[in-house]
Amino acid sequence: MASLDELKLQGRRVTEHGPWPRLVVDAAHWSRATLELVAGRWSLLSLWGEADTVHMAMLEPQLGEAVVISLPCPSGSFPSVGMLHPPALRLERTIHDLFGLVPEGSPDPRPWLDRDQWGVRFPLGPRLPPSAPRGYQMLPVEGEGLHQIAVGPVHAGIIEPGHFRFTANGETVVRLEERLGYVHKGIDGLLIGADLERGAQLAGRVSGDSTVAYAIAFARAAEAALGITVPPRALWLRALCAELERLANHLGDIGGVCNDVAFALMLSHCSVLRENVLRAAERAFGHRLMRDVVVPGGVARDLDDTGKGSIRQMAKTVRQRFPELIELYDETASLQDRTVTTGRLSAELAQQYAAGGYVGRASGRDFDARRDLAYPPYDQLRFKVPVLSEGDVNARVWIRIREVKQSIGLIEQMLSELPDGEWRVPLPATLAPAEGVALVEGFRGDVLAWLRLKDGVIARCHLRDPSWFQWPLLEAAIEGNIVADFPVCNKSFNCSYSGVDL
Amino acid sequence: MRKLLFESLFQRPFTEAAPSLDDAAVAEIATALGERARRKLGRSLSIREVDAGSCNGCELEIHALSNPYYDIDRFGLRFVASPRHADVLLVTGPVTKNMADALKATYDATPSPKWVVALGDCAKDGGCFAGSYAVVGGVAQVIPVDLHIPGCPPPPLQILKGLLALLDQAASAPAPR
Ligand code: SF4
Repeated sequence: MASLDELKLQGRRVTEHGPWPRLVVDAAHWSRATLELVAGRWSLLSLWGEADTVHMAMLEPQLGEAVVISLPCPSGSFPSVGMLHPPALRLERTIHDLFGLVPEGSPDPRPWLDRDQWGVRFPLGPRLPPSAPRGYQMLPVEGEGLHQIAVGPVHAGIIEPGHFRFTANGETVVRLEERLGYVHKGIDGLLIGADLERGAQLAGRVSGDSTVAYAIAFARAAEAALGITVPPRALWLRALCAELERLANHLGDIGGVCNDVAFALMLSHCSVLRENVLRAAERAFGHRLMRDVVVPGGVARDLDDTGKGSIRQMAKTVRQRFPELIELYDETASLQDRTVTTGRLSAELAQQYAAGGYVGRASGRDFDARRDLAYPPYDQLRFKVPVLSEGDVNARVWIRIREVKQSIGLIEQMLSELPDGEWRVPLPATLAPAEGVALVEGFRGDVLAWLRLKDGVIARCHLRDPSWFQWPLLEAAIEGNIVADFPVCNKSFNCSYSGVDL
Repeated sequence: MRKLLFESLFQRPFTEAAPSLDDAAVAEIATALGERARRKLGRSLSIREVDAGSCNGCELEIHALSNPYYDIDRFGLRFVASPRHADVLLVTGPVTKNMADALKATYDATPSPKWVVALGDCAKDGGCFAGSYAVVGGVAQVIPVDLHIPGCPPPPLQILKGLLALLDQAASAPAPR
């Protein structure tokens, strides 16, 4: 089996699912699909559960084709994907924590999100009474002269909570192990039974810095399920918001990385530009982070001339100011000294984990959902996708720098070519089952949304943050670096905690 | 680099136009805040931020308080790295069950007198996450809250106003905890 076409012959196609096919397969085909992931012919997009089924989304990168396969698990277990393909491990542990389904053969049966605090086990599955606290074994480390440093969950800075366990030899990190799950809010559970309006609200609050990307992914999945077409103006306004979001976050990150190597001047300048973006967003769309602007059916508000003017003015300012900041970054030897060759991520790992965004593209993985899946309006816009191969902190900064320029270009194009007309259509009331999926490029990488509607409400919705496939790579990238370089490596990845904890 | 540094010395680096209304309001509120902190505490106000399950949106706006537009450092408001140095705990998120213990421990590690500010809609009562098996549903369920600042997330100016209200309230209230 080598192509999706062959796979399609083997599964039962679910007709109400769009735009990609969803196939119900048996365990043998499930395992063979896993081998395709191992061989690197397909990329794992996500893996998620339901009470009695597991689903896996995969992408054929060359053709830009994607598929969802589903395996019924009447006996409560499924062949582990993570056993052969490690990027699936944390997703499988999550499936077990939430639904109680067992990934058979998994090398890591430890819980991931569940730390015996919820008062219930398998909250979205059989809902069993809590068991006795199980404790949590961090991975064993052996060797001479090793010591451990435990950091978190509450960190020194204003960042999200998570636990990091460093094993170091002198100053050098031998192993980093992450333990997350602290901000698990139970969003999957809240989405069950929610209507689309509340669903969009929750999706926009999975990861605050990517509220637009999530809202677009959710809306596109819902629209695919309902089979409705959104007016062009709405699509363009959504993309405008998405590029503003990318711009604001990249500017913040570039400053943040420099600040973490004690170069605060860059942070100041970048944060001024970031604030300009947020203020323009507020004037144009009524909210600094553009929360709840994108809704299923279109956008919640139109853009007027004043709003356009603010964005145009902001773009001009960034265009003017940004080059001198880049010059500053590029010509400050003390800065380069800390970012070049630091926190290297190999191309093989980026490929294996199908790492999205700047993490993947700084390590040679040439993928961008805007270009490769060409969802509108990006099929009508001109932009480049920068790719580098060094894989170090510096490369991740440079990808962002180039993307800032691309986003400015996209914003200017959209402002001058914005189509007129409707910007929102009503949603049809439908009680029949309907399913949709979407992959949208957020600032951090591709966000996946999948949902099933039944009786007019959400029966199940799965939202997959790009950080699922980036966090494990941070563990690899830090190996052999000094402990003191962890903050800058971490910032250069800037993974979301809330996005993976859900 | 020198070029840029010199420029920064001799010209205002970013304000092309006269400060907008917002910027004037920021200066006014932040000055009042700094003064009141000094009167009340005899020094600047130290704030420790705790994310108790936020979506990270609230943190973005707390960060914005340090950008040169707001630059709250100059008014004597500081974010500190340890609860042991803090006067104020600024708590975000609906308080997930997985964070409740850490939040309580952080509170206990903060010396008295101390104030707790719950920031954002979900810190009040869980907001849109209320009712989940995984959240406690608001900061006040775990530690005593002195003030709530609404918004999702509250913009920087709103946060400053909230902190000011806190000090006013503290000035007139009986002995703090
Ligand atoms: S109040 Fe809103 S922005 Fe703040 S943490 Fe809650 S959901 Fe996020």
